Amino acid sequence: METISYLLQQCVNGLQLGAVYALIALGYTMVYGVLRLINFAHGDIFMLGAFIAYYLISKFDIPIYLVFAITMVCTAAAGYIIEKVAYKPLRNAPRISLLITAVGVSLFLEYFLSLKFLFTANYIGFPRPFEVQVYDLSLFTVTNIQLIIFAVTAVSLVLLFLLIYKTKYGKAMRAVSYDQEVAALMGINIDATISLTFIVGAALAGVGGILYSIAYPQINVFMGIMPGIKSFIAAVLGGIGIIHGAVLGGLVIGMSEVFVSGFLSSTFRDGVIFIILFLVLLLKPSGIFGKRIEKV
Amino acid sequence: MKFFWEARKVILLAVLIYLVLKAVFGFQLLSQYIEQITLFSFIVILTSLGLNVIYGYTGQFSLGHAAFYGIGAYVSAYLSKSLGVDGILGFMPVLFLSGVGAGLVGYLIGIPILRLRDDFLAIATLGFGTLVRVILDNSDRFSEVLGGSRGFVGIPRITNLELAFFVTVFLILVTRNIIFSRFGLFWRCVKNDELASQGIGINTSRMKLMAFSYGCFLAGIGGALYAHLYTFLHPSNFDILKSIDFLIIVIVGGMGSIVGTIYAGLIWVGFIEGLRIVLPAEMLDLRWVFIPLFLIALMMWRPYGLIRKGG
Repeated sequence: METISYLLQQCVNGLQLGAVYALIALGYTMVYGVLRLINFAHGDIFMLGAFIAYYLISKFDIPIYLVFAITMVCTAAAGYIIEKVAYKPLRNAPRISLLITAVGVSLFLEYFLSLKFLFTANYIGFPRPFEVQVYDLSLFTVTNIQLIIFAVTAVSLVLLFLLIYKTKYGKAMRAVSYDQEVAALMGINIDATISLTFIVGAALAGVGGILYSIAYPQINVFMGIMPGIKSFIAAVLGGIGIIHGAVLGGLVIGMSEVFVSGFLSSTFRDGVIFIILFLVLLLKPSGIFGKRIEKV
Repeated sequence: MKFFWEARKVILLAVLIYLVLKAVFGFQLLSQYIEQITLFSFIVILTSLGLNVIYGYTGQFSLGHAAFYGIGAYVSAYLSKSLGVDGILGFMPVLFLSGVGAGLVGYLIGIPILRLRDDFLAIATLGFGTLVRVILDNSDRFSEVLGGSRGFVGIPRITNLELAFFVTVFLILVTRNIIFSRFGLFWRCVKNDELASQGIGINTSRMKLMAFSYGCFLAGIGGALYAHLYTFLHPSNFDILKSIDFLIIVIVGGMGSIVGTIYAGLIWVGFIEGLRIVLPAEMLDLRWVFIPLFLIALMMWRPYGLIRKGG
């Protein structure tokens, strides 16, 4: 009984982390779909979201739904600007150049924001906008933070799926990721579609940033690196470029991380994620949902 | 002997440079600190050369080079501490073994991951780098000497001007000879067009593996020299950011250019450490704001190299 309730408790905690990873992984997978680029700066947009929310909550006393809205707008703008300034000039460059640029953008955001007159490199306590409440469900407990994370993630996912599968813009995004040149021939505005992809991905990362810092209330300019890489691994696990794959991958990665911390040791949790990556790349590089058999 | 005869001009130049450096440091015209960073710049050149072999010559993008540098450093430090080595002569086998150790790990990890290309290879090497970092952070569980996240302390200081300089020069010459040998030609073929190389009968996976292990071997030697120069190792010295340092040096120097890597390594160490002397402490953080901007600018205008054009 004891172990079962411990197991269930870890499941709930894993879902909490996995939901955040899923939100970030969606941005990675969408950008990879349209540009074939690992957008290393995506983890830093996630960090930016956490910091914007921190300032909104601690400096202006505004309701939480406005915090979400303003943060999403800000991170979406950041994603748009990064794409226009750094990635667009390299549209026809080799893929490695684009990748190195992405690494550069990521480092720039981290070190620029860590300057003394900006956010500094210190850990900052994130003010929770509400009190933590624990609901005891006999077998396991669930906090209101976890419920909020599940709810916000679910709503974001539904909206995203509606955008991608039910609107003209979503259709354009799918077309561009399927074949950019043919999509252009069909009269789809490639640049606008890529921008939209970045905007949507960055907005989701912003939401992820807020949720993550509510759950683990310590923020730092370098906080985006590891969740960013892990979310990318989640996207690879689910099948890069596949939307529902990213969600599943995020949940699996979050669960495995929590289970390793819970049953083994928290110092090994990063290592296990990378072992998962190696296994995926070796056994099925196209990921769980990937159909195309292609040597990556 | 033929090897030394063919490189006589370079060796002569190297001996001259050595004599100048020896005189300058011998008479203590410059501070200890300058001497230390000069030795460090040789190590950086050697390690970056390893990455240039992997990425610049063979086209295999790696974001985990610092991991092999770290493996070399830890292996050598462990060996010399447990065997009680304190002289240069005793250190030579340790140096060689730590290079071989890093090369062997590179070989073993290369077998699976070199099947991947471009960005997937990048993420796999990045993953390997993080894995090594995690293992180093927990290394005190395996052996108390390694220190784990507290750092490896009490390594004998063996690296001196002669050792760092001549090992670097020797390995640069060896690398140059390999590059101009049959294998070097194959490596460049693989980089330019893997499919066509396969078509003319080059065993591409073997060549990639060979270049990768050799590059890791150089990184391991660099790491061993580093460990015995600074006498203290910490896992955070071998993380992703360090790998990016080496990547920047390779790109600035020019992909597939040994001379470019040498210049870029010197400039890099001079820039990072030199600004520490010139700039006031509160401005130092600015270095890391400009380096990424510089990298982005480089990718837009000179993606294959600044000092040498590369390609």
